[in-house]
Formats: sequence, C-alpha cells, structure tokens
Amino acid sequence: MIERSPFFDALTYAVMIIGLILVVIPFWIVIVAASQSLQEVSRVPISLLPSDQLWVNLSEAWDRADLAPKMLNSFIVAIGVTVGKITLASLSAFAIVFFSFKARMICFWLIFITLMLPLEVRIVPTYSIAANALLPFQVILDTLGITGLVQAVSGVQIALNWNLLNSYTGLILPLVATATGTFLYRQFFMTIPDELVEASKMDGAHPLEFFFDVLLPLSRTNMLALATIMFVSSWNQYLWPLLITTDRANFGTVVMQLKALIPAQNGTPDWNVTMAGALIIMLPPLLVVAFMQRWFVRGLISRDK
Amino acid sequence: MAQITIKGVKKNYAKTPVIHGVDVNIEAGEFVVILGPSGCGKSTLLRMIAGLEEISEGEIAIGGTVVNKLEPRERGCAMVFQNYALYPHMTVRRNIGYALKVAKVPKAERDERVMKVAQSVSLEPFLDRRPGELSGGQRQRVAMARAMVREPKVFLFDEPFSNLDAKLRVAMRSEVRRLHRDLGVTSVFVTHDQIEAMTLADKLIIMNAGRVEQIGRPTEVYNNPASRFVADFIGSPAMNLFEGEFDAEGHFVHGAGGRMNVSQLNGVRQPGRKVVLGVRPEGVRRTGADAHGAIPAVVDYVEELGASRLIHADANGSRIVALDNDSAELKSGTPVHLSLADSALHLFSLEDGRRISH
Repeated sequence: MIERSPFFDALTYAVMIIGLILVVIPFWIVIVAASQSLQEVSRVPISLLPSDQLWVNLSEAWDRADLAPKMLNSFIVAIGVTVGKITLASLSAFAIVFFSFKARMICFWLIFITLMLPLEVRIVPTYSIAANALLPFQVILDTLGITGLVQAVSGVQIALNWNLLNSYTGLILPLVATATGTFLYRQFFMTIPDELVEASKMDGAHPLEFFFDVLLPLSRTNMLALATIMFVSSWNQYLWPLLITTDRANFGTVVMQLKALIPAQNGTPDWNVTMAGALIIMLPPLLVVAFMQRWFVRGLISRDK
Repeated sequence: MAQITIKGVKKNYAKTPVIHGVDVNIEAGEFVVILGPSGCGKSTLLRMIAGLEEISEGEIAIGGTVVNKLEPRERGCAMVFQNYALYPHMTVRRNIGYALKVAKVPKAERDERVMKVAQSVSLEPFLDRRPGELSGGQRQRVAMARAMVREPKVFLFDEPFSNLDAKLRVAMRSEVRRLHRDLGVTSVFVTHDQIEAMTLADKLIIMNAGRVEQIGRPTEVYNNPASRFVADFIGSPAMNLFEGEFDAEGHFVHGAGGRMNVSQLNGVRQPGRKVVLGVRPEGVRRTGADAHGAIPAVVDYVEELGASRLIHADANGSRIVALDNDSAELKSGTPVHLSLADSALHLFSLEDGRRISH
C-alpha cells in the first residue's frame, strides 16, 4: 500500500517517532543513572541529564559483581550455543530437505514440535536429564530387565551416570536443541533449485561436498541472521543457568550476576552501580546486533541468487 | 565414446506408468535427439540415463556396463541443464573446474584443463565473473564447458536452449554441432523444438505418451512418418490429415462428402476401409479446374511467409493447407482448385494410427 499525502506522511512520522522514544527511553535512563553519583541518583525527581560518574560506577560494578570471569563464561556459553545450534540446524535441515528416507516427516514433526515446547516448559525433565545425561538409557536397561540380568550373572550393578550440572556442556547443550534454526534452514534449503542438486550429482560431488561447497556458502546470510538471534538469546538466558549452576563462582554468567548488583532491602540504594552493571552486561549483544544487522535483515527477508 | 543400450526400460511414479517400455540402441559417437511434446517422458528417459531417476524396469547399459545401480558420478555422463544450474556463488572458473576439484585433480592440471575448455567455447574473458553477471548465452556456454571439462563418455542435454532467444538458439545449435564433430562424444539431446531436432540429429527418436513412436534419420522420419502422431508432429506447417474412407469406386471420401481421386493408392483401397490420408502442404498445389483429380475448395485466409505463402482453404468441410509460390491476390471466399502430388500421400489406419504402406 502506497499512499502519499502530507497528512499521512506526518502521521507515519509521528507513529515512528513515538515508537523510537518508547524504545530509547529505558536505555537513556540506564545510561543517565549509570553516570550519576549516589546523591544524584537518589534525588526525586530523577534528573534526566547524564553526570560525570560513569567510569567510577562502571569499575565499581565490574569489581563488585566479579564480572571479568562471568563475562568469559557468558561468552563461552553464547558462542557455544550459537555454533552448536548452527551446526545442528544446518545438518538436520540438510537431512530433512535433501534426503528421502522413511522417517523423514516424523523427524521433521518431532523437531517442529519442540518449537511449541520451549525450555521453560520442560525445565524439570531437562534438569533431571542434565543431572544424569545417561538416565534415559538406564531406564531402558532397567525396564528391559537387563540390569537385573547382568547383576545376577556377573554381580556387577549397572548404574550409568553422566552429570552435566556445573559444566559448560550442561549450560550449552539444552539450549542448542531447539527447532528455530532447523526451521529457518529448511525454508532456505527448499528454495534451492533441484537442478543445482542434480548438477552437483553429475559433477560427482558427494552429499557432504555439496553441503560444504554449495549449500553453506549460499546460506551465509541465513547463517549470520541465525547467529545473531542465537547469540542474543543465549546471552540473555537467566532461568537455565540459574538452575544448573550451584557453583556460581566458577560457572555463573553475567545475567545471573546482575542480581548480585541489586541493592539489598536495607543496604545502600546505589542504583547507579546497578545501572552501570546493566550497561556493561547489555553491551555485547547490542554490539553484535549493531554489527550484524545488515546481514540479519537480508538473511531473514531476501534471497540473493 | 560409448554405446548406450536401452532395453525394455519402464518408469512408474507410484504405480502410475509414465514410460511404457523403451528399446533404443545408440551407437558410439552418435548424436541422438529425443523429440516429443511436453510430458511425453523424454526428459525422464534422459534422467534415467544420467542416473537422476531410478529405472523401474528394464536395463540401461553405457559402454557395455549395466548402469542401473550406479550413482550418476560412476556412469561417466555429463549433463547440460535447461536452467543452466550453475553454482551462483562460484566464478566461471570454479564452476567449470568443480567436477575436477571433486575428483581431486591437482590444481595445476585443473587450471590447464579449465583454460583449454574455456577457450574452445570462447569464455576466457569471463573466467573470473560470477554466473549472475553473464548473459543467457554465456551461461549456457559455461554449462557446456562444465560438462566438457570432465571428458565424459556421454553428453546429455536436457532442453538446453529453451531459455534462449531465437537468434542465440541458432548460434548455440551450430556450436553444439561443431563441438560434437570435434570431440565425437556420444550425445543425447532432448528437445520439443523440431527444427533443433532435425538440424542436430544423426538419429531422431520421436516419443509420445511414454512410448517411442519412431526411430530414424531426420529425413526418413520426415518422408516416411511411421504413425499419424509423427506425421502431425513433424513438419511446420503441419501435414494435412483427412479422416475418411474409400467408396465402391475407390475414391477417398472425407468431410461433408468431399471426394478425392487417389488412384496412386491402388491396392489398399478396399471399399469401407477407414483411414487417415495425409499430405504435406508442399504436396498440395493450385491447378486448373479441369486438371485430373482437382479438388474444389474455398479460400479461407492466406498466410504470407515472404518467399511463399500458405493458403488455408475449406474443401467440402475438411480444412486443407497448401504451399503456394504464386503472388496473385486471393481473397477470402475465392474458389480454387487443388491437386495432391502423387508421391506425397501418406496413409494411416484410423484405428491405431499406424502407417499403411502402399
């Protein structure tokens, strides 16, 4: 719909500006509060102009929340999830789109269903698996009576145990296994013309050569878009890291650590330090989005062929 | 160079048969064109040779080896696709060389072979461009170079020129002819364009509805069509076909009681026999009213072709087209007399459409 009239132009601009203000105001308040001293931030009403205490507050937040190792943890988790997810998504979509095997549709729907079951919904079973990743196999062995049989024969009791609590593996793996990426890749792979697949067959390429030489280069923009989404969403994870890490000192992430910066009920109300911490913590995803947004938009909407 | 033997090949898509048993022998070094209307199974047959479609029944052998169970890469065929199917993210050089890279040919040798092939189809100036920056004709040449670089035993072409404009098609046709003469590789070319088929083929295979209608040299197929379908399909303008039967005096009766004197068909004129009589427009001439066997007709309209013209006329309820070199003005509704050249008559059974020799 294209409409051109001065009134309509003014209206659209007004809507856009209101939207922009709504989005920007919280950021502005964070930046302003992070730059004020304790006295300034406690004043009512709060001043909406920045002050000169930004650096002091930032370093105070950095030290108090012990952000250096937590930043590293967050990066490891976010990058691990991003890389893992892209690998898993592209390979599973490759299998679903380009190979015709009997269980293809079942596999696709199983993956698709997980879209409707986000981590928050299945957090208790996921936790129990993370506590012992081999639990499903143990259950199978127990139900089939194999455990009892082996014990009766050899006297050895089978007790499988692989604990993922307090580990990077445990932080990363459950976040990797969701369907969004597979779905995005599937949609892209379905736009690849059949003749391209056939040409590579005639050229003598093995399926994996086709995958690495043709599909991956063609899906670069999709990959960057997916990487952006995954990095931001795994950086922002709160519930899962909170649940799985009891060893906060070694495996805590920055988003969990934000809680440590919120003033205690009867403590000093130094919200300026809290805001400075928030500023530090939201900076990496902001930079990633700012840097990737060109690819991000292209990867989600257009097909450059 | 390799011989291709196709024996009793059938293709079913989930119980629906699309190819009903094809037997063809393609000699080593031969240029074979498979011609037919869309949906006749010609592309499916080609893709079965290539290994891109499974063979439901029967056997295909290339150079004496049965290839039914072989992967495309093991069959030694190279294919040129209708939509070029170039890798959009690779340069022309990498597109052409990809098959060699996959085959782990050393880089120096690869570059040399790519260069040689690129020269033979005049692509050297474009080696570092992407397919997106090339014109349709250039892209098709890249596709051909990509097929040639592997030095295959067999070339397969799947309607390669149907996306090109008419002029480019003619140019590409002679290019393909030249390459075949130089390389002498067995080639199978699928098309629905009969001019392409007639000009390129050593041997023509006409297919219709999953069956082979006729196999033969282009002139043979043109002069002696084996069935009503081939007669109708080959030749432009199309052959005149009249459905009718012979009467007691041996005249051919058609349309709304029109009668033709066809004494040259002596021997097959059993009274009451239902047949289709065919005659090409160049076998129909304008004559005087008193000429022997003249057929009275009324001009419907005239199609000017430049050097000659086509007269579309109505002869007693049957439509007839005549090729005419005269330039005298003919208006719609003018009565004319037409005669059929003796040697140009084709006779087909009305029942099964097969040719009746006479």
